[in-house]
Amino acid sequence: MAAGHASIAALPALHETPGLLGLSVLGFNRAQSIAFLALLAALIAGPFFLYPVFLMKLLCFALFACAFNLLIGYVGLLSFGHAMFFGMGGYVSAHAAKVWGFTPELAILAGGAIGACLGVVAGWIAIRRQGIYFAMITLALAQMVFFVCLQAPFTGGEDGIQRVPRGSLFGLIDLSRDMSFYWLVAAVFLAGFLLINRIVHSPFGQVLKAIRENEPRAISLGYRTDDYKLVAFTLSATLAGIAGGTKALVFGIATLTDVYWAMSGEVVLMTLVGGLGTVFGPAMGAAVIVTMQNYLAEFGAWVTVIQGVIFVACVLAFRAGVVGELARVLKVRL
Amino acid sequence: MLEDLLFQLELGLPQVVLGLVNGAFYALLSLGLAVIFGMLNVINFAHGAQFMMGAFVAWMLLNYGGIGYWPALILAPLIVGAFGVVLERTMISRLYKLDHLYGLLLTFGMALIIEGLFRNEFGSSGMPYSPPEILSGPPIDLGFMFLPKYRLWVVVAALVMSLTTWLVIEKTRLGAYLRAATENAALVQAFGVNVPRMVTLTYAAGVALAAFAGVLAAPIYSVNPQMGSSLIIVVFAVVVIGGMGSILGSVVTGFGLGLVEGLTKVVYPEASSTVIFVIMAIVLLARPAGLFGRA
Repeated sequence: MAAGHASIAALPALHETPGLLGLSVLGFNRAQSIAFLALLAALIAGPFFLYPVFLMKLLCFALFACAFNLLIGYVGLLSFGHAMFFGMGGYVSAHAAKVWGFTPELAILAGGAIGACLGVVAGWIAIRRQGIYFAMITLALAQMVFFVCLQAPFTGGEDGIQRVPRGSLFGLIDLSRDMSFYWLVAAVFLAGFLLINRIVHSPFGQVLKAIRENEPRAISLGYRTDDYKLVAFTLSATLAGIAGGTKALVFGIATLTDVYWAMSGEVVLMTLVGGLGTVFGPAMGAAVIVTMQNYLAEFGAWVTVIQGVIFVACVLAFRAGVVGELARVLKVRL
Repeated sequence: MLEDLLFQLELGLPQVVLGLVNGAFYALLSLGLAVIFGMLNVINFAHGAQFMMGAFVAWMLLNYGGIGYWPALILAPLIVGAFGVVLERTMISRLYKLDHLYGLLLTFGMALIIEGLFRNEFGSSGMPYSPPEILSGPPIDLGFMFLPKYRLWVVVAALVMSLTTWLVIEKTRLGAYLRAATENAALVQAFGVNVPRMVTLTYAAGVALAAFAGVLAAPIYSVNPQMGSSLIIVVFAVVVIGGMGSILGSVVTGFGLGLVEGLTKVVYPEASSTVIFVIMAIVLLARPAGLFGRA
């Protein structure tokens, strides 16, 4: 990142206000506490008003986007290959649930585990370069994973893994009904969301932000920035794997779509629309894009065109995203 | 054991030679990317889409205008290059002061738009485009294999075009301005050179190179809207392997990797689609700046 250029997710320093109801424990300021309570309310009330499967899809993508934002928003690394973690997580969770008979919570964790393993390897290779090269390397690695998935026997090639059972939570509570599975998905999302927030506000997260703002300086202060970047990359990949695994169980299918490069682009778009480097932006962006895809599904290839237009519009005129602009207008940090 | 391998190689030699054809496209596309990146500091994600546009413009010239292959080889790059001028002037030029990643995101969006529009208009299935008569006769006997004339032409044309680009950049006055502006744009502008116009024309030239490759590809691959997007990701890997510091470096890397890919098709076909990415990973571990890159 060249000096003198505006950092991709630099936030203006704002006066911090303490959080409400003890939510500052989570690192939230006042505005964020209100937004978080609104999010909680929406999570609880949502399935009574909207189709639970749609909401579950939305939450999986929201978690995926939050995981992606951990890298781009707080370390300044643009990964263009996050589909490999999302898609592989989906395959492994589906395989674990269907072939090995894992209960859903273990299957989702298996998705996270594969995300972590892939993340360590891909991160170890990719962090050798910065900026644009980092994006190209992650994209190429993801394409390699795509070809492996296309050929490997356990992924089922073009058919994918179909008819994946949702199973019962801890082997006790039946989750085949959408409404009951929704609560598991909501819990997974909330846990991931809070974990990311915890990471960002930890001393570790402060070092990440220092790397984003000025890496040479962070190095000169004695931080081994490559180690920090690798850990952040792995955490992000793990959560992306969990999101992919959860999505595979929601729909009972894991396919090549989720490892394809277009999926890597979609998560970038969601985060960009919501607001890079904001706490609530990625979830908001995922909601916008998933809703849009839902309503425009019948228009076929126009969805791609519209996504492209949104990309261009966001980059040219709307770089702070929905939540970022809102925060600017309200003069708070969200 | 060794004899077996030699026999296999002999059988596979045509595959290896045909790998050069893929290598020709890698070389032309990575060259265009390197030229654009050197001047604009933007990775042109729309490069694959512009490659596809080149092929489609050639197809449209033939089917709507009755204009054949040879004029199309010049007209299509000009048309797509003009389109590049519009893109650079109206959009990309607004981003030079921002983080380079925004250029990548913008051109990614453009690629989605272009590809989507073409898919709406022409569907996903390919359109046939036949090679010109003079190149479509019986294949040439090389002793160990029969090489279709058109494929030989692709390799020769790509080599000539790469060499021309190298000569223009390294040996002409215009090229000297370009290299100087890459080093220090403000200083060159202070000497009275119109740097913004040069940047625009550089982008157009890079885009035209992609379109030229697209016209070359039209008779080999079927002309379809997705033909560029999967190719461009491989080309990104090629660029990472070669490093974008040197023009000749990207040409050599492009052809070399085409050969390696062809060789892999013979020895271990399952790995032929992933071998370039594996090489990329190895090069990054051993020499992060790339084979010809400056750290």
